[in-house]
Amino acid sequence: MSEKHVDEVSGVSTTGHEWDGIRELDNPMPRWWLWSFYATIVWAAGYTIAYPAWPLISDATRGVLGYSSRADVRGEMAAAEAQKAGYMADIASSTVPEILANDALRQVAIAGGAAAFKVNCVQCHGSGAAGSAGYPNLNDDDWLWGGSPEAIQQTITHGIRFAGDDDTRQSMMPAFADILDAGQIAAVASFVASLSGTPSKPALVEEGRAVFADNCAVCHGADAKGNVELGAPNLTDALWLMGGTEAEIARQVQSPRHGIMPAWGARLGETTVKELTVFVHSLGGGQPSTD
Amino acid sequence: MAFLALVGAGLAKDAAFANHMWVLVAVMMGTTIVLLRRVDFGPAPVIDTSGYMDGPIRYGTIATMGWGVVGLLVGVVVALQLAYPDLNIEPWFNFGRMRPLHTSAVIFAFGGNALIATSFYVVQRTSRARLFGGDLAWFVFWGYQLFIVMAATGYLLGSNQAREYAEPEWYVDIWLTIVWVAYLVVFLGTIIRRKEPHIYVANWFYLSFIVTIAMLHIVNNLAIPVSFTGSKSYSAFSGVQDALTQWWYGHNAVGFFLTAGFLGMMYYFIPKQANRPVYSYRLSIIHFWALIFLYIWAGPHHLHYTALPDWAQTLGMVFSIMLWMPSWGGMINGLMTLSGAWDKIRTDPIIRMMVMAVAFYGMATFEGPMMSIKAVNSLSHYTDWTIGHVHSGALGWNGLITFGALYFMVPKLWNRERLYSVRMVNWHLWLATLGIVVYAAVMWVSGIQQGLMWREYDEQGFLIYSFVESVAAMHPYYMLRALGGGLYLAGAILMAFNLTMTILGRQREEAPIGGRAPALQPAE
Repeated sequence: MSEKHVDEVSGVSTTGHEWDGIRELDNPMPRWWLWSFYATIVWAAGYTIAYPAWPLISDATRGVLGYSSRADVRGEMAAAEAQKAGYMADIASSTVPEILANDALRQVAIAGGAAAFKVNCVQCHGSGAAGSAGYPNLNDDDWLWGGSPEAIQQTITHGIRFAGDDDTRQSMMPAFADILDAGQIAAVASFVASLSGTPSKPALVEEGRAVFADNCAVCHGADAKGNVELGAPNLTDALWLMGGTEAEIARQVQSPRHGIMPAWGARLGETTVKELTVFVHSLGGGQPSTD
Repeated sequence: MAFLALVGAGLAKDAAFANHMWVLVAVMMGTTIVLLRRVDFGPAPVIDTSGYMDGPIRYGTIATMGWGVVGLLVGVVVALQLAYPDLNIEPWFNFGRMRPLHTSAVIFAFGGNALIATSFYVVQRTSRARLFGGDLAWFVFWGYQLFIVMAATGYLLGSNQAREYAEPEWYVDIWLTIVWVAYLVVFLGTIIRRKEPHIYVANWFYLSFIVTIAMLHIVNNLAIPVSFTGSKSYSAFSGVQDALTQWWYGHNAVGFFLTAGFLGMMYYFIPKQANRPVYSYRLSIIHFWALIFLYIWAGPHHLHYTALPDWAQTLGMVFSIMLWMPSWGGMINGLMTLSGAWDKIRTDPIIRMMVMAVAFYGMATFEGPMMSIKAVNSLSHYTDWTIGHVHSGALGWNGLITFGALYFMVPKLWNRERLYSVRMVNWHLWLATLGIVVYAAVMWVSGIQQGLMWREYDEQGFLIYSFVESVAAMHPYYMLRALGGGLYLAGAILMAFNLTMTILGRQREEAPIGGRAPALQPAE
């Protein structure tokens, strides 16, 4: 320990302590610092009086402003509901064809459907609704289960192969690995490829046509244009859900993969489903109402 | 130990535990072989115990340097993974496993080694006492390295728990507890043995850091293992209590590990390098007690607008605001200590680096309380703004003050006249500063843009953007962030080279900075 001495540079005396050559000046705390510190303490005290803050035995002080974040969010949600109430009531009381016929209401439904789509649908169908392998593109006019407003609404409401909904759309293409031999599968793949392009082995096409007529036409149709009642895809339009190479077609014939879409009716409510229907219908491939 | 680990591997209930035990077996066998080869049956060499014990500190500075480069490198990799998702290599090197590797490597491996090494250095010199406990200090060093290796390999092998900044599983946590208690014994024992009448302020900060981290680590990791030969455990807490425990821990890991501990570093190395007295003793007392009292309550500000009750959110926020001035007390004492030595900023890049560190400390400790205000937090929470804030503190404050301390200690620890190159220190400083500025500025922009995109509604009250659109919008910022991190890493590699050459005893011929006599003052 050294004696107190005065620092030559600043003219301030030190506290008299010294550690490994380090001394400490006896400066006061800067005033602005101290008063700022006091100010934050005063502000904090005031804030804790105004807002819920101090825990008690089984509750906490509520604050004189009566603020509660839960009440706050309820209020904001209610205000947002109130803002939309008018046209939401119109959408709720109209059928989808009626909404489509009323352009002002249709525009509102498209905006609402787009917002709901961004939150609920983009995960599978993509932010541009263009889909990807296994997830249908919603921008084209190739519909697995129909592109009328009624069909789209039914699909969104009840989903596809969704175990939690009794009215869900059901269809299962059988695994033809147990029914056809490898040569027959290669032949039918060639035939299917020939419907929208040039197969790699044209010689197999005729054999494949016969296999198709015996095994596939019952669902996909004699003309292979599919059947929206069964969710059987159109095989002639060069639009492929699971891939369009012959190897991919053969794999799908052998052991088909089946996509699942959740039923959104119970989760989002009828009004939002109507908005989503109008939005999807507006994307480019919407077909006329079947009513 | 190796045998126990082998038994553990044999009896393991799950693959992760088995793999992890094989890692431990390998480490233990390797260490045993090294030790056996060093066994000498001659008379035991007489160890001079009169001076300071600097062996573990020398190893600690090298470990700090090495882990620092590794941790920053992993940081650049994860930044690139965010910009280019194809760089996620399943399963070991995907973002989910690499991210805790990065955070733990920089906080615990780099920061932890820096804190242990500098605290051993400072406590001996400011207490005029040799480290307490003999070879216990070596146990602390090697035990801590084992913890780091077990934590890092656990992350990559998939043995970890979902607690941020505390991802190691229960058995690694127990090991760290043992090492940490040994660390406390060495540090406290040295203080008790001191030959100075008073305890220096740096040691208050170091001691508060060691004690509080022990408490935080134990409470946060209270868990029940499913099996003593399995890697899985379940936390003692659930629901919102669990979230609050995690953030009580997480926020105070920042408060006591990255703030109090590093303030200890600042309080020694800045006065030493500047050769000036500490500005105000009174300020150091008041801001120390205010800081450690207030910090511990601020954790709930991480859980604004969640299931956490409103009263806890309010307290988290007001304690964060009150923390502003106590944090700035350290900045004032650091900067004002230079009064009378401001000219050294021109000639001494190490002082320049320390001043920059304190400046970033001041910015980060202003930004933190501001972000804890609920209205600000409702925009900033969950966005990249938080990541930018953390990095301006971690890279700017923790990184630069550690680099300054390393540049100060290495020549003294190895009895070198000066660093290999002082000009390289200057290059390091500007590479690092540029990197931080790019990083922080880019994260402000991306964070605020994210926050605004998430809350953007059209006039009918419908959301404008989907989440994935906000992700896609971040791509250019993520590329720039990787660039900023890369600049900072380049500076750290330059430092590793400079310090290695210094340790090897080389000196680079170069003109002094500022055109004057060599900037470094000889050791006192």
